[in-house]
Amino acid sequence: MCLYANVSIFFYGVTSANILEKKDDFASVVMEHLRLNGAYWGLTTLDVLGKLDAVNQDEVVSWIMQCQDQSGVYPGFSGFGGNIGHDPHLHYTLSAIQVLALFDKIDVLDIEKLDIASLQNEDGSFSGDIWGEVDTRFSYIAICSLALLQRLDKINVEKAVAYIVSCKNLDGGFGCTPGAESHAGQIFCCVGALAITGSVDHVDKDLLGWWLCERQVKSGGLNGRPEKLPDVCYSWWVLSSLIMIDRVHWIDKKKLADFILDCQDKENGGISDRPDDAVDVFHTYFGVAGLSLLEYPELKAIDPAYALPVDVVNKIFFTT
Amino acid sequence: MKGEEERERIPIKERPEWADVRPVPQDDGPNPVVPIDYTDDFTETMDYFRAVYLADERSPRALHLTKEAILLNSGNYTVWQFRRLILDALNADLHEELQFLDQITRENAKNYQIWYHRRWLAEKLGEHVASKEHEFSREIFCKDAKNYHAWSHRQWVLQALGGWEGELSYCSELIKDDIFNNSAWNQRYFVVSKSPLLGGLEVMRDSEVAYAIEAILTKPENESPWRYLRGLHKNDGKSLANDPRVASVCLDVLTGKTDYIHALNMILDLLCHRHQPSKELKDAVDAVSPDPNLSDVGLAEKVCSILKLVDPMRSNYWEWRKSTVPAQD
Repeated sequence: MCLYANVSIFFYGVTSANILEKKDDFASVVMEHLRLNGAYWGLTTLDVLGKLDAVNQDEVVSWIMQCQDQSGVYPGFSGFGGNIGHDPHLHYTLSAIQVLALFDKIDVLDIEKLDIASLQNEDGSFSGDIWGEVDTRFSYIAICSLALLQRLDKINVEKAVAYIVSCKNLDGGFGCTPGAESHAGQIFCCVGALAITGSVDHVDKDLLGWWLCERQVKSGGLNGRPEKLPDVCYSWWVLSSLIMIDRVHWIDKKKLADFILDCQDKENGGISDRPDDAVDVFHTYFGVAGLSLLEYPELKAIDPAYALPVDVVNKIFFTT
Repeated sequence: MKGEEERERIPIKERPEWADVRPVPQDDGPNPVVPIDYTDDFTETMDYFRAVYLADERSPRALHLTKEAILLNSGNYTVWQFRRLILDALNADLHEELQFLDQITRENAKNYQIWYHRRWLAEKLGEHVASKEHEFSREIFCKDAKNYHAWSHRQWVLQALGGWEGELSYCSELIKDDIFNNSAWNQRYFVVSKSPLLGGLEVMRDSEVAYAIEAILTKPENESPWRYLRGLHKNDGKSLANDPRVASVCLDVLTGKTDYIHALNMILDLLCHRHQPSKELKDAVDAVSPDPNLSDVGLAEKVCSILKLVDPMRSNYWEWRKSTVPAQD
């Protein structure tokens, strides 16, 4: 089985014209507020496929900059909304930074104005916005954003790490808050944040590695929690975590690659959550990113912690 | 999501109470990067929403408009945030708001914004809503006993507003319904280690070990109780290895000759902590070995070799496990 060329055709659709042209499509309504995330998923996939030049980067960058909060009504954090005129949230802010990184345009940002550090709480955790919802997802997003901006010194890293460690469970995994069930998505966030801050030694690697490799089910796919169905998105969350803790050889990589390839829409391009389901941008990104982690031929290597192509990350950290 | 209300929707521009407001259309610029077509109702509602939002109009009609916008798309952060500002400004009845939330959560139980709003409300309403909140998450678990948002909310309510009494038996009830429900096992550990009413992990360990063992014997292939058993002996592998019930449950599972992967894995843990295996246990391992040539090797090596054969997808893991067990006498 192979990765069909039309996976990139699917993405031209997403990132240029005619996305979701079907009127009354429920998906188009619910996408409106997370357009910035959609742009990240689509553009990163194109870059991994080596086709980023298909989009007009000036247009994308100019649109992204319009998504940054201009109201000035919030003291402190002044990040990006999911679309123009939307309230800022950390989630979209990371997507904005990542897309700018893809185009090597991080320098257009006014980093001081962004003030992500103001979202750190006394216990080291992070809120997603000024309303204060706390979740280890936001720890990852804040840490990854600040690392890409080379401003990790703006937060208390030690406390941030301590909070993440307090979310570690008996199975070696991590949840959204202390005591919450281990979940592969949350594990990616926690392990990623620990890896970026050079604190991955806080992970109980053997214990977590075993939990993660138990996520592989008979079909070769990965689930996110015990007894749940496999889903292509966990090819990213589980696989990247296994790589960050050096335990990826504990799963059957060939079977996983076959599972992802089996989730393609062979006629129209794109990848779905499970074989024969409808494709979407989100799962196409995770499928392609997963294949990249599996060193699938002709795909750019992707960094498991920053969720960006390795050459993009290297350009940030190794050029002055 | 098409309720009675929505089917009879009158366009906002035809409603007299909105006559003074000029809607603000979405500004996508001349060449939208990710153009999206919206339904007419959605477009109109959001155009009016933008108008009241930009005017910072915290009025009853704006509150109603946010409700309409939420019913069309409950994932929009901005709408929710503005709704909270209005609720505060109008000093609105938050119990009524909670009822509205009950309704939309039932329709869309996996939405971060809805659950965050719920927590914001519960925090404002205080301890007297604890039992009502527990009842509500229970209702959600009837449909999806692993809903991550509802579990997170329930744990928050327990810690912030209380209502711990009955929580352990609720866990038992859920585990009885579905012994594979890892969320319920996680909650059980949360209750045993954090409930102010039970005395903590040390006090509960003995009876919980018995509980886990019973669950293992019912479904030995279920990873949750095996992990729970290890968790009860957290940071103290010796006490796990010294509890005769643990070796005994491994023996019982092996004797059943099916679904023994977790039992063999546990034997490796025991050997790591210098457990001296009984002859019976060694014989039981031999009896499940698919390869008769394995009879001459040490127990740990034999167990790992069996695991590699019966669980080939993780053969590298089992190969590595071999190296973790100290040499046997």
